[in-house]
Amino acid sequence: MSASDVMLITGTSKGIGKFLAEYYLARGYQVVGCSRGPSDLSHAAYRHFELDVADEAAVKRMITNVQQTYQRIDILVNNAGIASMNYAVLTPLSTVESIFKTNVYGTFLFMREAAKVMMLHRYGRIVNLVSVARPLKLEGEAIYAASKSAVETLTQILARELASFGITCNAVGPTPVATDLIGSVPKEKIDRLIDMQAVKRLGEFRDIANVIDFFIKKESDFVTGQVVYLGGI
Amino acid sequence: MERVKIRQVVEEAIQTVRTLRDRPVGEPVRDDTSLLGSQSEFDSLAFVQLIVEVEQRLASNLGMVLSLTDERAMSQRHSPFLTVRSLVEYIERVSQEKPR
Repeated sequence: MSASDVMLITGTSKGIGKFLAEYYLARGYQVVGCSRGPSDLSHAAYRHFELDVADEAAVKRMITNVQQTYQRIDILVNNAGIASMNYAVLTPLSTVESIFKTNVYGTFLFMREAAKVMMLHRYGRIVNLVSVARPLKLEGEAIYAASKSAVETLTQILARELASFGITCNAVGPTPVATDLIGSVPKEKIDRLIDMQAVKRLGEFRDIANVIDFFIKKESDFVTGQVVYLGGI
Repeated sequence: MERVKIRQVVEEAIQTVRTLRDRPVGEPVRDDTSLLGSQSEFDSLAFVQLIVEVEQRLASNLGMVLSLTDERAMSQRHSPFLTVRSLVEYIERVSQEKPR
């Protein structure tokens, strides 16, 4: 990394995204974040945009703005995501639409628009957040897991499409981390889930940052299309 | 006037892609220069790069934030991306419809 690397992180108002923004700011990156609402993150090298990641026009405006300000985007972390636990037979279509809009459309739009800027410089690192809910095939998370399945496929196919432009695309799949996203999940369910991991503990933010650190290294230019799950899934 | 500026952007983008793809840059860019298809000097990746270069230059040089690859462009019987002329005409048409 060089001190002036520009990193774009989606969903920075709370949880993993907020942690990542603070973590990379502390390491000297210029961080651009976004969320639906304002951010309480205050740092000279941080810039925040308020938008819905599935709003194509808003995403395009943001990326244009970032490009005009910084002239490039070195790293994109697609973190913004929503979940909704429910059995499939009880899930309204509106829930499916909203989960897919944020998790899949949002990820796709940011990948597409950021890749256009990265292509000009023939360099880029894209990291998408996926989930162990996909490989563990968790009951009650069909739609969330399906959306993350789509993100994995996007990661792997864009890895091929963008490889010749010096852009890598990888994904990290966290186990449950204590964030709002799992706030409504009963403790017994979390315990059962942890029991399915090789390493039996809740994930921590630093576990996710550790994998992202590896993916975004300049030396990781031969690592693309990979999905790394935490916890030993 | 607008068309002249748009054509300039397209020409610069073509020269940039030629440079990046190690192709001869000396070739003049004509209105009927092929951008897509078997007559084109660009393979599919170079074409993708060309569209990205054009979009980025339209935004930075002319303040036009456009998506050139929307459903309409893709579904037209005659692709707007076949030649320099058709691309310039398409950009001009789309830019006149969209507020800056």
